[in-house]
Amino acid sequence: MTTPVTTSLNPRVRDWTEDELVPGSVRDVVRAPAAVLSTPGGRVDPTAPETVRLAADLVATMRVSPGCVGLAAPQVGEGVQVFCVDVSDHPKARAHHGTFVLCNAEVVSASRNERAREGCMSVPDLTGDVKRASRIVVRGELPGTGESVEVTAEAFEARALQHEIDHCAGLLFLDRVAGAHAVYARQTYL
Amino acid sequence: MTLHAITVLGHDRPGIIAEATDRLAGLGLNLEDSSMTRLRGHFAMTLICAGGATDDAIRAALGPLTEDGTLSVTVHEVPEERVAALGGSSWVLSVHGGDRPGIVSAVAGVVAAAGGNITDLTTRLTGELYVLVAEVELPAGADSDAVVSELREVAGRLGVGATLRPADTDEL
Repeated sequence: MTTPVTTSLNPRVRDWTEDELVPGSVRDVVRAPAAVLSTPGGRVDPTAPETVRLAADLVATMRVSPGCVGLAAPQVGEGVQVFCVDVSDHPKARAHHGTFVLCNAEVVSASRNERAREGCMSVPDLTGDVKRASRIVVRGELPGTGESVEVTAEAFEARALQHEIDHCAGLLFLDRVAGAHAVYARQTYL
Repeated sequence: MTLHAITVLGHDRPGIIAEATDRLAGLGLNLEDSSMTRLRGHFAMTLICAGGATDDAIRAALGPLTEDGTLSVTVHEVPEERVAALGGSSWVLSVHGGDRPGIVSAVAGVVAAAGGNITDLTTRLTGELYVLVAEVELPAGADSDAVVSELREVAGRLGVGATLRPADTDEL
């Protein structure tokens, strides 16, 4: 019998809201094959005003995009390592941290791979099956204060974090699809 | 017992698979490996089946599928193939970027030059985005780092990105 593992949420990240930022603007979302989506993003100063503005813009753009659970800076044309996530309204989410933004995030540890189908606002016509860890520890910095935080995430939040960290590294889900028959057209041609 | 390679291609509509496979079953043919999908909206069925029917009998049985002129059918007897195990390693190759002629041939050329075999390949074109995902077997002793490096160089010249990752299998 396996013992259920409960994810301990980071209270600082869980309680974070975009009220810590400046008001954000909705930005246009870039689509593949834009070069910025395939270029590794640079590190940022999380306390710099432009980083805070970018973080606010990412959250604002995510908010107005139906079904969007995360958005990375390259998706609004900025080749840097900043992303936001919010899986709170998604049916596959379990324990989660709500809305938050991370800068310069990296995966510290990952385990329990699961395969699931992913879509992406920057690849609107395709979906793909991708195997990703369902339990993950990520370290990054909060925009504005620049605090270093560690987030332990599971299930759909873990998947969303890996998808966004990949964006910041210049990778799309297309780079990780499980095989030749793991890419699907999202709409029919009829 | 003979093997037959059959293709059914053309305008998609509900019921093609049901009708085609029913007619093949009526001849006592056993469907072995098959691929049935839509390519740019066209229905595309490719299959190998085994049984006692002749090519002519299969063509005659599938004939009604082609009567309205929207589907074409081919039937050819094929020999038994034995797939030689390379004893090497399995990889998934992903390529994506702006559409342009020559992407498939360029990356396939790199794989071939390394003695690798592409065992499955899918491409998708959506808007300007061209996506290729292939399953690749590299022979034992192949320098996978060199293949990755060459793929990146060739892809870079074409303005697309290429990723080669080990195809991991979870043994249960």
